[in-house]
Amino acid sequence: MELLCPAGNLPALKTAIDNGADAVYIGLKDDTNARHFAGLNFNDAKLAKGVDYVHQRGKKLHVAINTFAHASGEERWKKAVDNAVAIGADALIIADLGVLDYAANKYPEVERHVSVQASTTNLEAIKFFKNNFDVDRVVLPRVLSVQQVRQLAKTSPVPLEVFAFGSLCIMAEGRCYLSSYMTGESPNTVGACSPAKYVRWQETEQGLESRLNNVLIDRYQADENAGYPTLCKGRFDVDGDVYHALEEPTSLNTLELIPDLMAMGIVSVKIEGRQRSPAYVEQVAKTWRMALDRCNKNPDNFQVDGAWMKTLANLSEGSQTTLGAYHRKWQ
Amino acid sequence: MKLSLGPNMFFWPKTDIEQFYLQAKTSSADIIYLGETVCSKRRELRAKDWLGLGRELARETNKQIVISTMTLLESPAEIVTLKKLCDNGELLVEANDLSAVQIMHDLNMPFVVGPAINCYNVSTLKILLKQGMIRWLMPVELSGDWLKTMLTQAIEQNIRDKFECEVFSWGYLPLAYSARCFTARSEDRPKDDCQYCCINYPQGRKMNSREGEQVFVLNGIQTMSAYQYNLINEVTQLKDMGVDIIRISADNEQAFTQLDKFKAQLVTPKAYSLETDKECNGFWHQIAGMSVA
Repeated sequence: MELLCPAGNLPALKTAIDNGADAVYIGLKDDTNARHFAGLNFNDAKLAKGVDYVHQRGKKLHVAINTFAHASGEERWKKAVDNAVAIGADALIIADLGVLDYAANKYPEVERHVSVQASTTNLEAIKFFKNNFDVDRVVLPRVLSVQQVRQLAKTSPVPLEVFAFGSLCIMAEGRCYLSSYMTGESPNTVGACSPAKYVRWQETEQGLESRLNNVLIDRYQADENAGYPTLCKGRFDVDGDVYHALEEPTSLNTLELIPDLMAMGIVSVKIEGRQRSPAYVEQVAKTWRMALDRCNKNPDNFQVDGAWMKTLANLSEGSQTTLGAYHRKWQ
Repeated sequence: MKLSLGPNMFFWPKTDIEQFYLQAKTSSADIIYLGETVCSKRRELRAKDWLGLGRELARETNKQIVISTMTLLESPAEIVTLKKLCDNGELLVEANDLSAVQIMHDLNMPFVVGPAINCYNVSTLKILLKQGMIRWLMPVELSGDWLKTMLTQAIEQNIRDKFECEVFSWGYLPLAYSARCFTARSEDRPKDDCQYCCINYPQGRKMNSREGEQVFVLNGIQTMSAYQYNLINEVTQLKDMGVDIIRISADNEQAFTQLDKFKAQLVTPKAYSLETDKECNGFWHQIAGMSVA
């Protein structure tokens, strides 16, 4: 089972490889990828260095071209595919059907992975991608329970990749317009959720307030940790009850599922966080490498180390982790 | 231009659903979509009941009846039901997931592409056409300009006559789908023990900011807009750019009044002022969806 780590820049990429990643995934410096943030991602020169670093060490590079191509700018997405292939990417992570079609026809020999943003959650949808674009892998959205992943793994004609750790998107990815409803910009169209330019912090008599495009997302008391105002993780009022109506600030952590995922034949576990620092990548890659190695040696007696959980919790939103939808009770 | 009544996205008791579609029979809608699109646990009407109701409407009216299908399908059992609906042998089907596209293609049957399928460009339209798409409803977050670009390209590439274009024009917008049931969560229950509580909220549950601003509607695993989308002032523009069908969502009985209002607007357009604390049209104008341009 491959350990696939995120890299938002060259230092993070090197750190990921040095700390045990089998592959890293990156994005180009434009709106063709779902982490289109200022100061993040790879220009051509950095991309070339990144590919060399990865390949010299026998590892793999995946390039995420996983936003939906704009009606008026499809060429930009095709060019992103051309660039990624030219530079020697081992796999393209794509969500848009038009872009997948382009990649499949022009570069049939380069691996195509169906991005999580394509929201492929069942066997018939997987068949659609297999039949039309002969894809090599499907990345499952974070909406399936472990039992559902297991069922799918048994029957899928395409190898599956799952999310293992990182910020938890609680909606079916690629099918969430909450961000554009509030700001006009969504992951699908601009490659960012709850974009930073709409965020405002304000000290008030009632506490520290976080706003997104002027909508109050949360208000914190002095003893509470304030988190980034991702709009699905704020506190809202439902008929007089104020609570985290959608989700609490928390991160996904599936260390304890490793033996299950291996037994099912999942080909890759993905770490979220291209927007995070090299220090984050180092800690997560190192911890997951240790866990995977231990499980590989002795899958029947695998136990999660308390220290690993602590390390990962410290890197998590709200310093807490969850199994998310993998665990039915979360749903 | 034609008018359609979109699928009802809330969970109502069987008698209320039947009463609603009794009214729909004599409504101004030319096309009626019906079926469960949100949650497979909602079984006041089962697949065979929806098909029965659809066939009855087809028999007793001159309207086109379309069976709408689920958006987020996660279990083999849900796929079995989906196949049953797709292979109904009579009524047109609206696909809201690529699984339905795959099944309809296997059946060699035409279908409608619903708003939850990510079709953002003309290349994607062409792929869906090849699968058997005959009508397309664009994702609700897209703007009038975006649609115009796609329709212009469709003309340039000689495919515009191969599909009808429908636009979601009135009602609560479907915005997101999750594994989690937010209505059950609001009652502090896990989804597996939801007790079908959505039925107690025929208009979903409003989720407000702590300042009382209406933000979203919780409707089971679906999150909707708290404001009703309203393109009444854009009807002439829709017509001019070649949109074929205006969709009014089946939120409640107001939908029938809205169908009449949009029908009148097609004949004699009037300027309406939208209520900013109840309505929105931001998506169409490529600004925050919840705002009014």
